[in-house]
Amino acid sequence: MKVNSPLEVYKYLPGDNCGVCGVDTCMAFASKLLDRSGQLNDCTPLLEDENKDKLEKLEHLLAPEIREVEIGIGDKSVVIGGDDVLYRHKLTFFNKTALAYDVWDTLDEDNLVERVKYIEDFKKFYVGEFLSPDMIAIRSSSNDPKKFADTVEKVMENTELPLILCSFDPVVLRAGVEKAHKRNPLLYAATMSNWQEVADIALEYDLAVTLFSPNDLDNLKSLATSFNKMGGEKLVLDPGTYPTGKELNTTFNNILKIRRAGIGGDKDIAYPIMAVPLTSWLVHKDTVTASYWETVLASVFTIKYGDVMILHSTEPYAMMAELHLGDTIYTDPRKPVTVDPGVYEVGSPTPESPLIITTNFALTYYTVESDLSSNSINSYLAAVDTDGIGVEAAVAGGQLTASKIKEVLELADFSLNEKTSHNTIILPGLAARLQGDVEDMLDANVLIGSADSGRLPGWMDKNWPPEKE
Amino acid sequence: MTKKVKISELTNMLQDLDIEALEGVEIEGDIEIDIGGLGGFDPNLAHALGHETAQLSVHLANISRLLGYPVEQAFASASMSMAGQQPQMQPQDKQQIPFGSGRLSELLSAKLEVEPAQEWTHTIQEVTLGATSSDGGSRKSTVTIGGEKALPYYFDAPMPNRNYVTMDVFDMPIGMAKAVKVNYEDVMGDPGEWAKKVVNEFNADMVTVHLVSTDPMIKDTSPREASKVVEDVLQAVDVPLVIGGSGNPQKDPEVLEKAAEVAEGERVLLASASLNLDYERIAKAAINYGHAVLSWTQLEINAQKELNRKLMKQCNVPRESIVMDPTTAALGYGLDYAYTNMERIRLAGLMGDEELTFPMSSGTTNAWGARESWMKSSPMKDDSDWGPREYRGPIWEIVTGLSLALAGNDLFMMMHPTSVQVLKEITQTLYGSVDKETVDISNWVEIEMEVQ
Ligand code: B12
Ligand code: SF4
Repeated sequence: MKVNSPLEVYKYLPGDNCGVCGVDTCMAFASKLLDRSGQLNDCTPLLEDENKDKLEKLEHLLAPEIREVEIGIGDKSVVIGGDDVLYRHKLTFFNKTALAYDVWDTLDEDNLVERVKYIEDFKKFYVGEFLSPDMIAIRSSSNDPKKFADTVEKVMENTELPLILCSFDPVVLRAGVEKAHKRNPLLYAATMSNWQEVADIALEYDLAVTLFSPNDLDNLKSLATSFNKMGGEKLVLDPGTYPTGKELNTTFNNILKIRRAGIGGDKDIAYPIMAVPLTSWLVHKDTVTASYWETVLASVFTIKYGDVMILHSTEPYAMMAELHLGDTIYTDPRKPVTVDPGVYEVGSPTPESPLIITTNFALTYYTVESDLSSNSINSYLAAVDTDGIGVEAAVAGGQLTASKIKEVLELADFSLNEKTSHNTIILPGLAARLQGDVEDMLDANVLIGSADSGRLPGWMDKNWPPEKE
Repeated sequence: MTKKVKISELTNMLQDLDIEALEGVEIEGDIEIDIGGLGGFDPNLAHALGHETAQLSVHLANISRLLGYPVEQAFASASMSMAGQQPQMQPQDKQQIPFGSGRLSELLSAKLEVEPAQEWTHTIQEVTLGATSSDGGSRKSTVTIGGEKALPYYFDAPMPNRNYVTMDVFDMPIGMAKAVKVNYEDVMGDPGEWAKKVVNEFNADMVTVHLVSTDPMIKDTSPREASKVVEDVLQAVDVPLVIGGSGNPQKDPEVLEKAAEVAEGERVLLASASLNLDYERIAKAAINYGHAVLSWTQLEINAQKELNRKLMKQCNVPRESIVMDPTTAALGYGLDYAYTNMERIRLAGLMGDEELTFPMSSGTTNAWGARESWMKSSPMKDDSDWGPREYRGPIWEIVTGLSLALAGNDLFMMMHPTSVQVLKEITQTLYGSVDKETVDISNWVEIEMEVQ
């Protein structure tokens, strides 16, 4: 982004203060554009013909330092790149690292289809949504155009995920592209020896293309400059991922240099970066060892500036850690993740169902909610307004108290005597010390649940329904 | 060709044998394990044999090949046949397609210029833990952390000291995740043996003695009695120590004071001073008996500054005796906070905030609190299969620690032997001290894989 004060942005806004963009004034909207929480087309007056110049100017000024590249089509398409900072606390990182898991063209059909389905279907619940892989990379290990084309076709029949087509042989690559170009795949890769042929394919079909220059940043920049000159703007840079030894330190610093230069304003190299942790498999054959090392490499390059990655291991322990780390690094550090305070119904609760207290920190709420719903525990779940703080910290910090619990029940018009037959409240195990206060303030029975809500089903077997006094 | 050996013979053999000759070994004993197909050999295999499932254990133990024992060579050469292939880039017939109007016939040549960061003007304080006989202690070696002039592993300035791992030892049996527990069941009641095990078998650089039994809610062990454990551990191993209390803010100051006294001259790290207890007493104990202090705050950069300031100004703790623990939250359980908190602290230090120019320590063991690391399977019906937890737990600890290593953390408090080995391998590789044969990645696309 080339501006850092709202005034510089305000100059080019219509100045109507009409509020269509969702905030009261153009100045307020300018701030939103700067922190990237608002988008230009939220201001409809700006889209009118008379403001065309202003819009263009703003588009230019507000464009992220690192270009964005879209791969795939439809709902599942991914956008990579788009960052403006080197450290997430300075703003936030945009467009989570896209994880592509590989298939290859010497895989027999059954295994191919099974693997594609497994990748497509893999999911891990976290904070109200599922984390899942983003893309599929198809490698030509046969180097046979026909085999590659057939494999690409087969993969397309079985998934909507965006694709990366991988071969260093332009003839093979083209054979794949002919089948898949309508899906807007990412091409892998143009090198110092095949760049003209690969450029032809990329330009002919208007596709994004990866430039691969192992451990030579000058060549990488030369390729990028040349592709740009030829009209290719949709570029991804792969400086080579060396899996071990001193070369790994070099790889780490290569990626760092590319990103630092890009954020620093060197437009010629300001493109998304690809890392290939799959190279772990060039040194380790044993599945667990290779998967561990691959996960380690993926972690390093999720944190340090990889925008898209090609991976092989589909072991759950590897994928879960990789998916979680991407989410960790790319959550917006500016906002606490919360749910609205209130009393929620899980399943179809009856007067015999328990009333369970938790906090409105999204991680806490969704963890508890999923533990209840996936174990078919019909219940009322009260999300207390703790300013988005989890149970233990909220008890320590005074945001989870008896009066806060009373408040949420009142807010939701939830009368224990009317809604339940048992007048009982279940507190989180980590909030045990509130027991007396809550009993007094709500005149209710209070049970102390397990420390971890994952243990609630077992706890319920022993403690629910509560004994009548 | 397969050879059979007994487990008991195995550890001895390792000392002397050319390890490559062990390829294809099959072990006989209580559990028979065929490691023939694995192509390498693990010096820590002995510990793995105690694991509940032999197959899982061998796999995990196998990871220690990553540590760079000579087996790596044998292993690499097996895969080189595939990795070493040159790209099969036959010259192609030029395609008969219309070129884009701007097609270049020659590459435009460019150079990438990247300046070292200008804003990092300050150096992180170096802190040495442990004291050898020449300095009045009895440790065989010392550990020095800190001294950075840039973010870790960055080309801007060489990193003077590598990352170190201190492994947890408790003064009583405690509950822990199953995957961790299997490694310690035999030493659980004996802190000295426990310490020996983590140093001799698991390659710990240091040992953390947690005096948890002193907690009034647990056993209320007296400070005097608890400090005997410290003496035992000082006897048992010759690496530097961290000494931790139970976390009880009333009791910890007196426990750590006594421990500091019995460890006089050994330059241990006292864990921890924090804002919610009598940090002055702990600081004084450190000064009087020649130790360092761990300054622990909970994920809040201003609280960290405040405590460091108090330690320096109010308690007169010398700068070279302060290490910070800004709190570690596990992957999926607040690592986003912990990562950024540490990164901000380190950047502020490098840019000259004198209250934050200290090396950092992470309670990486916290990763075992995340349910993904210890639960047998997902409590969510819609989740994909989580696979065996024996693999999940260590990776959770590794990724938590590694993330913080990249944020600038220097010292890691850890528990699982596999996690320790892998974390050491990756941090030392990034540090640049691991030599390996160069891998040819130029044609990685064609790598042949077996279906998993
Ligand atoms: C991340 C974190 C923070 C973040 C909080 C972010 C957030 N949005 O919550 C920040 C940095 C803001 C923070 C601040 C503080 N923290 Co803090 N924090 C943590 C940390 C590292 C993780 C907590 C977490 O997110 N857990 C995950 C969530 C999902 O867990 P949860 O909410 O407890 O929910 C689980 C259970 O409670 C249970 N559950 C939930 N609801 C229900 C309901 C029922 C019926 C049942 C049965 C179970 C159940 O199941 C859930 C899933 O497992 C912990 C240490 C640790 N590793 O645990 C310290 C910790 C919680 N923090 C602590 C403290 C002291 C604080 C501060 C007071 C520090 C300070 N001096 O400033 C402040 C208070 C801030 C405030 N209240 O305003 C202490 C609490 C000590 C204590 N027991 O009193 C801890 C334990 C650290 C420590 N060891 O000292 N903290
Ligand atoms: S919609 Fe546009 S013109 Fe209207 S207030 Fe918002 S920024 Fe100003």
